[in-house]
Amino acid sequence: MNAQLIATQVLNGLQLGILLFLMSAGLTLVFGIMNFVNLAHGSLYMIGAYLAAAMFNGFDSFALALALAVPATILVGLAVDRIVLAGLYTRDHLDQVLATFGLILIFNELVRFAWGSAPVYINVPPALAGTVELFGFPYPAYRFAIIAVGLAAGLLLYLVINRTRAGMLIRAGAADAEMVGALGVNIRLLNALIFGLGAGLAGLAGVMAGPILSVQPGMGEPVLVLTLVVIVTGGIGSIRGAFYGALIVGLIDTLGRAFLPAVLDALANKALAQAAGPAIASMLIYLLMALVLALRPHGLFPVRVA
Amino acid sequence: MSASARPSVGRAPSLGEDVAQRQEGRSVSASARPSVGRAPSLGEDVAQRQEGRSVSASARPSGFAKLAPSLDTPATAGSGRRAALRRALPAAAVFLALCLVPAVAYWIGQPFWLGLVARIMILGLAAAGLNLVLGYGGMVSLGHAMYLGIGAYSVGILSAHGVEAGAAHLAVALAIGGAVAVAVGFVCLKTSGMAFIMITLAFAQMFYFLAVSLKQYGGDDGLTIAMHSRIPGLDLENPYQFYLLVLGVLAVVCGLSHRLVHSRFGMVLRGSRQNPRRMLALGFPTFRYRLAAYVLSAQIVVVAGFLLANLARFASPSYMSWTLSGDLVLMCVLGGMGTLLGPIVGAAAFVLLEEFLSGMPLDLPPAVADLVRTHWLGFFGAFVVAVVLFARRGLYGALTAGGKADD
Repeated sequence: MNAQLIATQVLNGLQLGILLFLMSAGLTLVFGIMNFVNLAHGSLYMIGAYLAAAMFNGFDSFALALALAVPATILVGLAVDRIVLAGLYTRDHLDQVLATFGLILIFNELVRFAWGSAPVYINVPPALAGTVELFGFPYPAYRFAIIAVGLAAGLLLYLVINRTRAGMLIRAGAADAEMVGALGVNIRLLNALIFGLGAGLAGLAGVMAGPILSVQPGMGEPVLVLTLVVIVTGGIGSIRGAFYGALIVGLIDTLGRAFLPAVLDALANKALAQAAGPAIASMLIYLLMALVLALRPHGLFPVRVA
Repeated sequence: MSASARPSVGRAPSLGEDVAQRQEGRSVSASARPSVGRAPSLGEDVAQRQEGRSVSASARPSGFAKLAPSLDTPATAGSGRRAALRRALPAAAVFLALCLVPAVAYWIGQPFWLGLVARIMILGLAAAGLNLVLGYGGMVSLGHAMYLGIGAYSVGILSAHGVEAGAAHLAVALAIGGAVAVAVGFVCLKTSGMAFIMITLAFAQMFYFLAVSLKQYGGDDGLTIAMHSRIPGLDLENPYQFYLLVLGVLAVVCGLSHRLVHSRFGMVLRGSRQNPRRMLALGFPTFRYRLAAYVLSAQIVVVAGFLLANLARFASPSYMSWTLSGDLVLMCVLGGMGTLLGPIVGAAAFVLLEEFLSGMPLDLPPAVADLVRTHWLGFFGAFVVAVVLFARRGLYGALTAGGKADD
């Protein structure tokens, strides 16, 4: 266990955290402002990855694939929102859970129909295929690019939400959507904007994750569950919570899986470390979430209501 | 039996309770909880029960709030009884049909149907357990599959170590399930709404990964169970005897659930679904009631897991996957939440639709039939979306309650 290994794992954790942030930022707004449980958010991530794979294989340009797949995912998201979800906003959470659960099944079979069950692979774009030198040790350039793109997207989101009129309305909607509507703001348009924003970020996460994960039907569900953990840990509706929550979850999950067996080995014995290490490592984030919710039911960084 | 309690008797202890709670320092202000306001509501509660009106949650959505003007006179009590009988008819029909299944299966020589219906009943049992918190308590748990897994793994792991006594399997399953449910419920019930959905999901995921990491018990691949649980006087190898055992358990659980839901406990539970703040203000410690309901519901699902392990002779982490939790919720909603038989009807619809779509026996053009068979889950998803959008009261609700408006 040397410094380089630790640093690499920390960066891997950051990279997972950034991907989770892209997923959670959109979903937490949909949760918090529209008060809507959208389990199909993971499907948008999957769609983004598949569209990027198709376009990358078609045009042989990752930049073009990125530029086309994200808007395409937004369109898919908006279409789903209008056709299926619009009627569910006024329903209770249970109906929303079930309908979006059904949507997950539909989307999984749609991509299986279009691309087959076998995983599709996207190559890492040649420009980012090498490694970069960071603090004196090499790190894969593409993973570093994910961190950079995610941070840039986060910064942009911060500026949009805190510095523009639309962002102001979004913040107002998070505090009291009904009142914003009563003040004459077109709440449907605002909702579509938020949903599109979330779909775009999920699509971006899918595109960026494509080259390092296998793109396959059902790839959205594990990410969705992690995203839900992030949102609830960070505080529903809070972008800041999504950011810190995503980094915490990403780091704990990655570092736990990498080092917990070794730590248990050092503290107790080898048999215990081998038997329980991986299990506890994969349970860590759920333990964290349970702990946070038990102590602070509104999450670590709840929306501040003045 | 509290049903026979006269209003005056029913009132005295509850007032005492009230005082006890205040002494515990509950944060209920005295003015918010006028005992005068409460006494009539309890009195009515009892009066209503004495008339034998088995008011189902769905039929009387606003429960407590609407009780005041609905004090039936003795003249209408008779029609209430008839109405209750009429409401009991579908239940009787369903159980009669379930009793006839073994005979029919034997007659047409298709024991396959026996296994299928047994699976329906086991999933229906699990869904009925979930319905206790979901339908009557209004708690959307997206993690009940973990109790199915606890039941199944108790059988599997004990069998792997040579313990074959069904009583031991069940006792261990219920003990572990109960301990987990108390701890998990204690944490989960601190939250509500969306957070409750997510935290139940998180706990189920935890147990899912625990099962995956049990490498010595099959890990990811699951655990094959060599021997059925041994129950004296029953041979679970025999599909007919197993079927009757499942049917018996289902009937007992349904009967007890019915009693429970219409008892004072059930009233409080439904009350805290409809208006938790008012229930608190009335002096009911709703947390305890909800926790008790959660633990009970988990135990029913544990029993279903025990039966499922014996049916499939297999325990797998997939029993705890969040999609199965979603399936259980779906069965409740499909059949009609907050009704006694709804979850069973929902489970039947679920399993039969699954069999129908994945087998596609209809005489369609081969290309279409193949498409449905291969991608049946997608069609299933479309069905789910359609049910949620259009059949809001569930199949059983739509069948039994006519066109009456509901909540």
